[in-house]
Amino acid sequence: MLTAKIYVTLKPDVLDAQGDTVRSALETLGFQGLTDVRVGKFMVLTLNSPTKEQAAAQVDEMCKRLLANPVIEDYRFELEGAAG
Amino acid sequence: MKFGIVVFPGSWSHQDFHHVIVKILKEEACYLWHKEADLHGVDCVILPGGFAHGDYLRAGAIARLSPVMRAVAAFADAGGLVLGSCNGFQILTEAGLLPGALLPNDCLHYRCRWTHLRVESRQTPFTTAMQPGQVVRMPISHGDGRYYIDQAGWKKLVEGDQIIFRYCDAKGTLAKDVNPNGSLDHIAGVCNERRNILGLMPHPERAAEPILGSEDGCLMFASLLDSFVRSPLTTCGDRA
Repeated sequence: MLTAKIYVTLKPDVLDAQGDTVRSALETLGFQGLTDVRVGKFMVLTLNSPTKEQAAAQVDEMCKRLLANPVIEDYRFELEGAAG
Repeated sequence: MKFGIVVFPGSWSHQDFHHVIVKILKEEACYLWHKEADLHGVDCVILPGGFAHGDYLRAGAIARLSPVMRAVAAFADAGGLVLGSCNGFQILTEAGLLPGALLPNDCLHYRCRWTHLRVESRQTPFTTAMQPGQVVRMPISHGDGRYYIDQAGWKKLVEGDQIIFRYCDAKGTLAKDVNPNGSLDHIAGVCNERRNILGLMPHPERAAEPILGSEDGCLMFASLLDSFVRSPLTTCGDRA
């Protein structure tokens, strides 16, 4: 079984209102030196793929077509475990 | 004129649209369940507000995969009129039928209030009964209404006269404090290049009777009826 850990984040030039609010909350708690906070999505998929390469191609396609919106979001993912 | 109102699990404005079309305009309306692949010969498709599929993942991201959306895309491709309000606008951007995307409001609050909108173009079948620069009043009711598009996309919208409504004050002035969600360039509504698809965050159907505080939404319906009467074949696509 392979596990895909997918990270979806807003593109750097898109204002992250939630991230800004979290930053000011952290500052309220006394944490200093924060220059930026970005909040994104974390998804875990379990796949049954014959090879890691096929799994990677499949997950990339999933991100492009549904899991991330290319107009506003970037994505990256990691594959863990063994194929087959 | 026959309007088809798409209903997704989680739609909530479909009955408001139906009421306005049938009771106020005295025109024909039918509901189109999202699993239907046939549009039943309608002249205009309406994607209403709500929270289709719970807004899971992103507002509109799952709804665009419903079978009815393939039919809506084909209808629009043939020149058919498609209007998306609120969640309908979000669905149209997710489906790639309109440019840009809708992000969570910059204030992070759900905003339910009256807004003033400046009409930027009457060169669409949705705005022929309005005047450029005219200020109309319609309510908004959304959490994810912050319009965003990258610089190149924005330039294309401006050059193509595709920005149809902007948030403004009662006098038509654009200002930060009357932009309810932080939308780029105060954008409240845009159309596609071909100008037969319009998406807007405000609700024309909730501003179509004096008892509701505004009848300005009727201008949009009047425009649609007018466009349909003048050129049903060019505005309504191939319904064969």
